[in-house]
Amino acid sequence: MAFFRVEKLVKQFGGLTAVNEVTFEVEKGEIFGLIGPNGSGKTTTFNMISGTYPPTSGKVFFKGREIQGRKANRICHLGIGRTFQVVRPLGRMTVLDNVIAAAFSRENTMRGARAHAEKTIAFCGLEPVSGVLAKSLPIAGRKRLEIARAMATRPELLLLDETAAGLNPTESLEAVELIRKIRENGTTIVIIEHIMRVIMSISDRIHAINFGQTIAEGTPSEVAANPQVIEAYLGTDYA
Amino acid sequence: MKKNAVPLVLLAVLAVFPLVVTSDYFLHLMILFLLWVVIGSSWNVLAGYTGQVSFGHAAFFGVGAYTAGLLFQHLQISPWWGMALGGFVAALIGLPFGAICFPLRGAYFALASLALGEGIRHIATISESFTGGMMGIMIMPSFVSKTPYYYIALGLAALSVLSIQLVIRTKPGYYFVSIREDQDAAESLGIDTTLYKNASLALSSFWTGMAGAFYMNYMGFVDPHVVFSLHDYSVMAILVAIVGGVGTIYGPAVGAFIMVAVQEFFRSGFFGAFDYLGRVTGSSSFASLSEVVRQAHVLGFGILVVVVILFLPNGIVGDWEKIRRNVFRIQPTR
Repeated sequence: MAFFRVEKLVKQFGGLTAVNEVTFEVEKGEIFGLIGPNGSGKTTTFNMISGTYPPTSGKVFFKGREIQGRKANRICHLGIGRTFQVVRPLGRMTVLDNVIAAAFSRENTMRGARAHAEKTIAFCGLEPVSGVLAKSLPIAGRKRLEIARAMATRPELLLLDETAAGLNPTESLEAVELIRKIRENGTTIVIIEHIMRVIMSISDRIHAINFGQTIAEGTPSEVAANPQVIEAYLGTDYA
Repeated sequence: MKKNAVPLVLLAVLAVFPLVVTSDYFLHLMILFLLWVVIGSSWNVLAGYTGQVSFGHAAFFGVGAYTAGLLFQHLQISPWWGMALGGFVAALIGLPFGAICFPLRGAYFALASLALGEGIRHIATISESFTGGMMGIMIMPSFVSKTPYYYIALGLAALSVLSIQLVIRTKPGYYFVSIREDQDAAESLGIDTTLYKNASLALSSFWTGMAGAFYMNYMGFVDPHVVFSLHDYSVMAILVAIVGGVGTIYGPAVGAFIMVAVQEFFRSGFFGAFDYLGRVTGSSSFASLSEVVRQAHVLGFGILVVVVILFLPNGIVGDWEKIRRNVFRIQPTR
């Protein structure tokens, strides 16, 4: 049994099928990329995995257990953390308090949560702003805070939703570095990303979807050469 | 600890207050103030910290009051026992309400809470055989002196603020504020938002119910229009917290003091200033002016709240640094 597996995942919103029978497997320790044009169903897939809403049909397996349809807070406790594409800082709390709130998922005492939060903040390079209100962070800081908060829940599997979007080239390089560091730390990662330079350099394997359906899966170079992927991104002239 | 110095000094001052001021009039005002500390702080837990705005706290207040009153009337149990129970009964009303209404978010929850308050008022009015309907409930007060009531109210206020502070500074407090800031993000951080919203409601309704049961003991009379009043309790609770500072520990206490003072200022015709002028000048127009002012306290609240929202959107405690800078010209120490 694979570490993490989604099987024939389907999500329908009214008459629209946003995700249609997507299946993939992720091995422990992998960085697994999920790509596709806008509206292809990537974030919907994340939302089903993380329990924001249940799938219409299909299954999600994590460490051999079926977990689809559970509420988001249960999924978090099982060991799956996530970040949001549109960042959701807890605005009127400091960066440290944001991460402490997340650390309470594994710690019950104030002292324990604080210590764990401080370690996580240091790991993510947020110490200089730890006393700042989350709403006053610039976008790069907010993206980093999303990661720090998710990491503070001690996930074994981390779902990263467009962590590099909106960042300048230097910031996105730093983001890539942080993601590598998280993997070295023993966390498996599934990442959605639009910036090709980022996703191609960081992923071990990539799964491409378009209109909710799988169009390719393989190593970054295999997927980049796939005619259907090129067509989805650039149009038929280039395929 | 230094940061607790101001509240401790205030508590000490409040503890010796009845020894210095023996006037029943001022003791009564202080008891009202302490009662509002409890209600305002309770409302603040649910709305200020957890972000679930309630327009129905009169329901919990009234249920607490009626618990004490009905136990005495039907079973001849001392209303002081009723006071111990009032909080629990209010929380018992709160929990099913929370279970049903917390899936509603934002304005919808606020509307549901409004319905709760009004609904329970009607139930208390209609069930005449049980509650006495519009006749209300009358009990004999236990003490003639106001001093015992003062100390009980002080104890209630201190315990409620202390217990709320303890909760807010630990895990549940962090969870409450996370829910207020972003419910979906909170869920993704492993927070059972439904559970913690209910916990917040339980704490909030418990202390509001205690305040209501104390009110029954103190005033000796309740009827549905008094204790389930939308504007006298549900809305007043909101104003107390807004003026003092929503989402701050001591904000509601500050707000309670100001609101009770403003109310009394108007109700007494500017502490009898018009009556005095009327006697001195012999002009009858002062008497009629006094009559107008007596009924203008709601207008006073309105103006006060508008001023606070415009200039101190976080309330007096929440914007204390701003007040220090602009009014007292003190630079922040940090």
